[in-house]
Amino acid sequence: MSSATLSEDGTTIAPRARRWHIAVFLLPAFIVYTAVMILPLIETLRLSLFNTVDGHSTFVGFSNFGVLFGDARWAHDFWNALKNNTIFFAIHMLIQNPLGIALAAMLSIPNLRLAPFYRTAIFLPTLLSFVIVGFIWKLILSPIWGITPFFMDLVGLKSFFSPWLGKPGSALIAVSLISVWQNVGIPMMLIYAALLNIPDEVIEAAECDGITGWSQFWKIKLPLILPAIGMVSILTFVGNFNAFDLVYTVQGALAGPDGATDILGTLLYRTFFGFQLQLGDRSMGATIATVMFLIILAGVSLYLFIIQRRIRRYQF
Amino acid sequence: MTRTTLKGLLLATSILGSAGLAHAEDVTLTIDSWRNDDLSIWQEKLIPAFEAKNPGIKVKFAPTAPTEYDAATDAKLAAGTAGDLITCRPFDKSLALYTRGDLAGLNDLSGMENFSDVAKAAWTTDDGKTAFCVPMASVIHGFIYNKDAFDKLGIAIPATEADFFAALDKIKADGTYIPLAMGTKDLWEAATMGYQNIGPTYWKGEEGRAALIKGEQKLTDAAWVEPYKVLAKWKDYLGDGFEAQTYPDSQNLFTLGRAAIYPAGSWEIGLFNSQADFKMGAFPPPVKNAGDTCYISDHNDIGVGLNAKSAHAEEAKKLLSWIASPEFAEIYANALPGFFSLNSTPVKMADPLAQEFVSWREKCKPTIRSTYQILSRGTPNLENETWVESANVINGTDTPEAAAEKLQKGLDSWYKPAK
Repeated sequence: MSSATLSEDGTTIAPRARRWHIAVFLLPAFIVYTAVMILPLIETLRLSLFNTVDGHSTFVGFSNFGVLFGDARWAHDFWNALKNNTIFFAIHMLIQNPLGIALAAMLSIPNLRLAPFYRTAIFLPTLLSFVIVGFIWKLILSPIWGITPFFMDLVGLKSFFSPWLGKPGSALIAVSLISVWQNVGIPMMLIYAALLNIPDEVIEAAECDGITGWSQFWKIKLPLILPAIGMVSILTFVGNFNAFDLVYTVQGALAGPDGATDILGTLLYRTFFGFQLQLGDRSMGATIATVMFLIILAGVSLYLFIIQRRIRRYQF
Repeated sequence: MTRTTLKGLLLATSILGSAGLAHAEDVTLTIDSWRNDDLSIWQEKLIPAFEAKNPGIKVKFAPTAPTEYDAATDAKLAAGTAGDLITCRPFDKSLALYTRGDLAGLNDLSGMENFSDVAKAAWTTDDGKTAFCVPMASVIHGFIYNKDAFDKLGIAIPATEADFFAALDKIKADGTYIPLAMGTKDLWEAATMGYQNIGPTYWKGEEGRAALIKGEQKLTDAAWVEPYKVLAKWKDYLGDGFEAQTYPDSQNLFTLGRAAIYPAGSWEIGLFNSQADFKMGAFPPPVKNAGDTCYISDHNDIGVGLNAKSAHAEEAKKLLSWIASPEFAEIYANALPGFFSLNSTPVKMADPLAQEFVSWREKCKPTIRSTYQILSRGTPNLENETWVESANVINGTDTPEAAAEKLQKGLDSWYKPAK
């Protein structure tokens, strides 16, 4: 820096070196990200404004959206998928995340025996392919070969068993719980890390003030891990509204029975790529993808601009 | 990956093309196909049989992976490097190729007279005037049953609907076997093995199907609702937890000998023969009253067409005529039990189960699946909706009438029958 500063008499100014290396280092990531993320996104948004009229791709404005929300059948499919997706998300928020917090809190108890084992065991399903998870659970819950009816029979609860994946009333809940089983390791790990980050001094100070046990968790630890919980919630939101894979492997592309497990991802898949005799409809598919994008964008914005600003952070 | 495969194929065909030119006396015909599984049958049986009779014509069977076939064929046709003969998917996909001028019309081909109109329906223009592919194989629906179980319980092969349910009652009362091996989890079992299997008996096969396309009948008519009413009664005879029973589950239940009757498609024959260690028999969908005409679903699956730009059209036509001949039918049907030749000349097959299926053609009227031609071109897709509603009817989610009404409403929303 000193060489580039003004000399005493102001005659020579050494030119500030252009820092090309910054651009050079950024370029690969920029190109890859643009090519595989931004361009497809823009292309999808553009495609949702076009449709095939008389064999030619024509600009149709928002009329694809008009069909999606205005046509009784499209609207029915869309709202059904959105409703199911919301239930799917609610089950994750109500079961997966509290369970993750509880597991993390238990794991962080000092002197817990076998803690590394539990941590690994609970996190393991997250590493499995969704195809394996879907297949395993289909077998576990199978009324014919599954071990669930067998074990329930052992404890005399056989009468409570039913083919959950095949009934319209229970299929969505069953699929959601499979997803919770698979993914509960992620909130657990994130919150576990946040809990470990709480300095011992804070805990000791609380103990000096007589706050121990449950009230210590509610009054000291929970407020300190709130930012992590907020993070987990928004990840769950984005993940759930983009979900597709597990439903597809467990229930198929038609997301049966009677569309009971149809979420936005499977609706998009069927519309865009087609299924069996149904031919793919790229324009309507892009329209659904755009709506999904807007839903996720709205949710994330809501979180970033309203909730995250109000979460109090503590500096130690 | 697809692109490299494609390039490889393009290269291969171009080299082959020039090789053909070099030896002008020997013409090489290439058959494009998605039937990887058939490669050995063509190489070991079909091609030698043809070449022995037609000196000077060499045939090459060039299959692509099924999932890549349609895209690869489109690209090769556009580039002019496609094979001389193109294997045809049924209905709209091949129709699109013909309308674009990639496939030649085959009305004047000798051998086409060996096929009935139903057999040609999958590869005929909407007005029924021009056929553009030689029908090669079809699959037939019916019921496969466990002969040992029937003998043990003293059940005769049911001929009528009443017999059928009486037999089911008897099997259920005995309790050893699950009466019917079918589940609704995968949806299509209910539609394909259920509705499309027994349905033709009620809507009178082609008669009803044609009337539906013309708009003279509706899915809400009694003839179309009745199969749903029968299907709803099946519920009591399915295994425990049939709502979550998948297609492989059903196959295993039957081949393990735990179920007595399997609503089937003939494509199961090969697998069942190798897995089941009990005797099997088959019967066609039972008729309503004794003496009624029986109807079977004899669904077209594979055809072969002529590339309109083929350099060896004359030789290719010779091969097509041979594919249309009873000789081809016999070799093909015996090599692949369950995939039947569509030839009008009855084919003698060594496999007794396959022979049983194909023998129904002589006494029953054949038709194809009602949703496949024309009616599944729009949104909502009638075939997919039929899957969902058939499962709903069996599960009891919808009544037969409600299901039919939903289907008709969906069809009405985009389909306007030609006046």
